[in-house]
Amino acid sequence: MPKESDSIVQFIKVQKSYDGETFAVKSLDLEMHRGEFLTLLGPSGSGKTTCLLMLAGFEMATHGEIILNGQSINNVPAHKRNIGMVFQNYALFPHKTVEGNIAYPLMCRRVPKQEIKERVKKALEMVRLAGYENRLPRQLSGGQQQRVAIARALVFNPQLVLMDEPLGALDRQLREQMQYEIRRLHENLGVSVVYVTHDQGESLIMSDRIAVLNLGIIEQLASPTELYDKPENAFVAQFIGENNKYIGEVVSVNGGACQVRLPNGDMVQALAVNIGPVGSKTTLSMRPESIVITPTDGRCQNVYESKVLELIFHGDHLRARLKVCGNEEFIVKVPKKALGAQSLAVGATVRVGWTVEDCRALDAPAA
Amino acid sequence: MAIATAAPPIDVVRTADGTPLKARLRQTERVRNTAAFGLILPLLAFTLVFFFFPIFSMLVQSFENKEIPANFPRAIVALKSWGGQGLPGEDAYAALAYDLKHGYDNKTVPRAAVRLNYEIAQFRSMVLASARKAANLQTGPYKEAMIGIDARWGEREYWAVLKRNSSTVTDHYFLNALDLERNVDQEIVKKAEDRRIYISVLFRTFWISLFVTILCLLLGYPVAYLLATQPARISNLLMIFVLLPFWTSLLVRTVAWVVLLQQQGLLNDLMIALGLIKERVLLVFNRPGLLIAMTHVLLPFMILPIYSVMKGIDPQYMRAAKSLGASPALAFATIYIPLTFPGIGAGVLLVFILAIGYYITPELVGGGGDQMISHFIAIYTSELVNWGQGSALAVILLAAVLALYAIYARFFKLSQI
Repeated sequence: MPKESDSIVQFIKVQKSYDGETFAVKSLDLEMHRGEFLTLLGPSGSGKTTCLLMLAGFEMATHGEIILNGQSINNVPAHKRNIGMVFQNYALFPHKTVEGNIAYPLMCRRVPKQEIKERVKKALEMVRLAGYENRLPRQLSGGQQQRVAIARALVFNPQLVLMDEPLGALDRQLREQMQYEIRRLHENLGVSVVYVTHDQGESLIMSDRIAVLNLGIIEQLASPTELYDKPENAFVAQFIGENNKYIGEVVSVNGGACQVRLPNGDMVQALAVNIGPVGSKTTLSMRPESIVITPTDGRCQNVYESKVLELIFHGDHLRARLKVCGNEEFIVKVPKKALGAQSLAVGATVRVGWTVEDCRALDAPAA
Repeated sequence: MAIATAAPPIDVVRTADGTPLKARLRQTERVRNTAAFGLILPLLAFTLVFFFFPIFSMLVQSFENKEIPANFPRAIVALKSWGGQGLPGEDAYAALAYDLKHGYDNKTVPRAAVRLNYEIAQFRSMVLASARKAANLQTGPYKEAMIGIDARWGEREYWAVLKRNSSTVTDHYFLNALDLERNVDQEIVKKAEDRRIYISVLFRTFWISLFVTILCLLLGYPVAYLLATQPARISNLLMIFVLLPFWTSLLVRTVAWVVLLQQQGLLNDLMIALGLIKERVLLVFNRPGLLIAMTHVLLPFMILPIYSVMKGIDPQYMRAAKSLGASPALAFATIYIPLTFPGIGAGVLLVFILAIGYYITPELVGGGGDQMISHFIAIYTSELVNWGQGSALAVILLAAVLALYAIYARFFKLSQI
């Protein structure tokens, strides 16, 4: 557990409602460590942007407390919070030059002119835009504008930087490049970052920890590896990465494992992660890459006959859509090497299997 | 060489059927351009006939000088050799007598006489009487005869006017509009102090317009801000209040101000009732009344352009400014206001240009000392029928408007967002 001084942001039982009838944020408890890259991930309407706006000071929490650096900031106006923010559409001031934009937070803090000039220069070098001082934002490409926005949010050395889907407006190649660049800046500067995105791939690449939000609550808060390998509920399993899923009934529980009956009658051995008592519904989840084609005896506890319905070539791997235990949307990722001499053909019957550890029994879907 | 002529130039790109690509492109575009031209043709014709032609003829009238050369052709020729010192010779007097006689018979004298009267008072009656009497002159020497008819023909000043108007083009109207004139030696000099009018009218027009513009900006900007930032339900209602004046005739609104502001009017009643004043004050037919009425009439022209610009400002900019550490007031001053400059520019330009040409409102609610340049243009065109002078004033007004627009266009092209 991190010590008190180690945490930079705390949300304590925070609730937010816009209309007085529904909650945008139902109940949020969150502790963020100093120097951490924390991502709020969730579909639209999950409350992630609301959390960010409350942290930035543009929205007031309806209930609960937000603590920054050990002090409650509920009543501190946005401009006194000393939090840098990068907006989705950059929000560069169109009437100011690049230099004017980056100098703005320093001007607000009455930094001497000479020092402003030096710090702007350094900030521009940091985002690799030296020499662009006198351009206007509209003379820059989307990626350059975003880098100016980042420089502007960092130049006044804020304790915390918020990023609201900053890469949403960029094309794919540029987005990937910027992901690494933001990551590199974070590592070099050691600044704490709260990053909001709906792109799970992006969150896995960039974050130290990810908070998966849905309908105003945190479904799971964990590191990317843990989140991917060990999702704790059906929503997280479904939202992050690809996922084969079954809905079945718990037949027996045996320590960490359980037996689940699928709708077609097949029995599956699964890891009991988040299940109710015997007789209750559960969601089974397994990753496409953890399925083994023609397993050697004894390696997998679950082995079934399946029929190949579709094969899609992906360069480094092959994706096969199979019919397994009555599910026609069962996806298996097969690395080319692992396929070896054996070949799959549409219509062929193959045996597939998976281990207990790779099959997680999670909560039942909401009715 | 034979090879060079035989081979087609390589750089001409051709379409599949062999026509040069450029020619084909022009052809395609010509069809489209013709269609586009056909669509604007009615409006173009309308504007040419009813807008450009009158403006052009107005421009011409401001320096045209037909009447005098038409009536005094011989005198003008005879005056060519006159240096302007002393009196002209006998030949000029003979030519004058002939022109007057001839003009009297052809009835062209009255128009020339009116024109001459613009330059020297009483010239008109002098010429008319001289023409009547000159009709009876049979033989010379004409110099004595003409001076006998009117002793003023023996003064250099009158001959200088005739000589100055020997051309069909004159700068008289423009000089007059700037309180200048040509003296007997044809030099441009300021008019006598008691005869200067227009410079002060131009300045008054400028100051009233500037004052009204500033007042409109100060009153309109907060309203525009409210309109742009309130939820639709409230802002639509407010918008109706802003637009309401547009649906009422200008004349009605102006007269309504007279009713409100006059000494026995509603505002005076109210202020007396509230005990704000003891004696009734005159709020109309003077400068304050004019400023109040003009500001009210022109306010929507300030609010609407500013509102439309404000509507397009992303609220994200203000958030960004605050997140970067700007207090709300600082963010407003350094980010929001600069972003509304295009709207302020458009509103200021619109109101100022409308104001310097204002006629009805000053006429109805202004006093004698509040009349603006349009008042004088109207007087010259409809009462004094001195179209040349009216046109010269109008051209000056038009030039002022164009100059303002040029400044605006230059300033806002650079900072366009």
